[in-house]
Amino acid sequence: MEKIYNELKDIVGAEFVSNQPEELFIYSRDMGTMLPAAPDFVVMPDSTEEVQKIVLLANREGVPVVPMGGGLVLSGLTRALKGGMVMDLKRMNRILEVNETSRYALVEAGTSQGILQAYLKRHHPGLKHSIPDAPPIATVGGNVLIHGSGHLSQIGGFHSEMLNGMEAVLPTGEIVKTGSCSASPYWFSRAPLPDLSGLFIGWAGTTGIVTKLSIKLFPAHPYNDARVFITGDIELIADVLHRLTGTQLTEDITAGVSCIIGRVQIFPMVIINYGADTKEELTWKRNLIRASVKKYIDDKTGGFAPLPPASRADLLKAPNPQPTQVADEKKGGGFEYVGSIMPIELFAGAYNIGVEISKKFGIDNLMAARIIGGHCMMFSYTYTFNRAIDADVDLARNALHETNNAVLKLGGIPWKAEAPAQKEIIKHMDPNTFQLMNRLRSVLDPKGIMNPGNWEVG
Amino acid sequence: MYELKFNEKICEKCKSIDCLMKCQYMDLGLDEAREEWKKLIRGDDSRVLGDCATCYACEEYCPNKNHPFYMIVERQEEKKAWPVPIPLTEQQLLVMRPRGRIKPQKLRAPVVNMCAFPMLQGTIRGKLFEGASTFGGYDVFCNIMWLHFARNSTIRERLPKMIDNIRNNYLKESGVDEFICFHDECYGTYTHLAPAFGIEVPFKPIHLFEYLTRKLDALKKQIRPLNEKVAYQRPCSNRLVPETQHWVDDIFARIGAERVKRQYDRENALCCAGTIQAQQKDELADDVQKRNIDDMAAAGAKYCVFNCPACFFTMKDLVAERGIIPILMSELCHIALGE
Repeated sequence: MEKIYNELKDIVGAEFVSNQPEELFIYSRDMGTMLPAAPDFVVMPDSTEEVQKIVLLANREGVPVVPMGGGLVLSGLTRALKGGMVMDLKRMNRILEVNETSRYALVEAGTSQGILQAYLKRHHPGLKHSIPDAPPIATVGGNVLIHGSGHLSQIGGFHSEMLNGMEAVLPTGEIVKTGSCSASPYWFSRAPLPDLSGLFIGWAGTTGIVTKLSIKLFPAHPYNDARVFITGDIELIADVLHRLTGTQLTEDITAGVSCIIGRVQIFPMVIINYGADTKEELTWKRNLIRASVKKYIDDKTGGFAPLPPASRADLLKAPNPQPTQVADEKKGGGFEYVGSIMPIELFAGAYNIGVEISKKFGIDNLMAARIIGGHCMMFSYTYTFNRAIDADVDLARNALHETNNAVLKLGGIPWKAEAPAQKEIIKHMDPNTFQLMNRLRSVLDPKGIMNPGNWEVG
Repeated sequence: MYELKFNEKICEKCKSIDCLMKCQYMDLGLDEAREEWKKLIRGDDSRVLGDCATCYACEEYCPNKNHPFYMIVERQEEKKAWPVPIPLTEQQLLVMRPRGRIKPQKLRAPVVNMCAFPMLQGTIRGKLFEGASTFGGYDVFCNIMWLHFARNSTIRERLPKMIDNIRNNYLKESGVDEFICFHDECYGTYTHLAPAFGIEVPFKPIHLFEYLTRKLDALKKQIRPLNEKVAYQRPCSNRLVPETQHWVDDIFARIGAERVKRQYDRENALCCAGTIQAQQKDELADDVQKRNIDDMAAAGAKYCVFNCPACFFTMKDLVAERGIIPILMSELCHIALGE
């Protein structure tokens, strides 16, 4: 262990490697309910070359490597389940290129959402990227690789779909490029080549370490507005979402409904954000958005709530500060959610699951959905807890576990699933699919050093 | 219980049908207006039920004080001709329900009833409100707002309880029998709506502008005239109490503000359009707001002074975009007092 530590020190410098218990403690856990699992080392490389050297070392010594971005995944994916090292990529936070005309940014994988957002606002005010509702320290790379979504997911889909290509270090140490950058100096697209980026997306860091990536940027409009559609009937929401997404005029559509024990049930709300280059265009879009749900307005079963300016301004914030506030609903800072990807038509069923589990466990459940394009949604069930109270954490963990299973039964798939939920997904998965996953992994990572304990049966 | 004091016979004899003929949101000829009004009285369907912007103005237009607007709202509710989508109304009913959390509290005069706007308590400050104490919240909410939602039944149900709450928890306890209505709408509720429905009001409401006028008199020596042009946004609630309008002029005279002459003031005032937006009539709301603010700008107003906080929130950004400063009346007075 000492030998590995010294070699890591030689690669990244003494300041950027640690085996001290207080640091290992911090890196053993996230804000979610998963039990801690401490690494033996934490290492912070500063370049692709350093990543490569670390991986070669790990491969030679058979030491597990857990790549980590912001460490905000909440489902414990960056815990070192089998020891080894957590590779924290936050030092690799450089913005390497912004292409104004083709609207993309090439960044190092540890670049945070906040850094990129601030950089674009300052240097390219006509462009923006899709920001997830996570703290600004969340990384661009991490969010793409977990199939995240955000404030432009109506336009661009999952953040993984906004990826143009990447540079990655394989578990055996080779540096590879995927997408256009593998055959061109430009990082503009994954087409028309075989799409190798998929080898690294959704794998929870079990196939390699992404070091650079190019993501799509979108126009940052000078005029922006938010509208809130309210209906009292949960069964109508899927159709409302279908109609709204059909306009293809919006940047972001989310739907929220809460089940707070002892509080009055507030009606489901659909929040629609859109932007325009002129006031006239904004009004035109508003009218078309309203026309899409006219049926419900006419029969009075739904309508847009007039918004005070302060509420409108809050709804236009990216990231939305509400999840952070929710995280502190119960003092102690514990917060985890089942984010499940599912078809839009399952909205009411998904909601009913949440209500049942909330009642069964006597736990508050804040439910929300972000609609991805017009094709599916990320439906989340958020449970907050006080981390200082074990019983509180256990309750949330059990509720999450039951939610994961109920979601799978309904036809959805837990997103960035915790290791136990991954096992449940595998049970539902076509065996040939899982076999293919294992074959790919064994080719890419013959020694099984990459984030072991994830996407495994045993 | 709490029957609306409306006399059909008065309307039968009415020749002018001012309630509909003067309406700024419906364009009716005299014959059609008469016919539609008859339909309403009979309880038949009428286009008025759907076209009414719920701006209260016909209460002011009616030369016979026969409560045409309250009658329209009665009919809307009877016929379930909901002006606002049902879930918006139901959600508001939940959000603004009485909480039952009120506790007796001793207050010191002058007492200001903030009603549903306790978040604006910060405006009760300075020389104008020295020593004042306030109360507010949904347990004392005047509930007149439900006129916009065709829910007279909610007003009948909740208002008497609110009156009891105010009397039993604040006034009795404090040995006072009057309070200042921060919101014009509360004053309208207690002096106009409640009597129209036969609801007893056991205290004396004081209009905020009357109070401000008196205070400005007392602080006369400290006033530095503004010498500015000011547009006044008259709210729907003021249609219930047009007799209070003169206080706007009285205040302006005291602080040296010029009330700009414009098309959409006084009896021709336009709605802020908040309720029109709630009715999902966005184009109409856009048009009303544009005409109104164009009118203010054309008159050269530097400030737009608001009586109603709801109008303020609805219009403040739009007014500011046109280079006009949105401000509540008491805040304008503070400026004149150098505060």
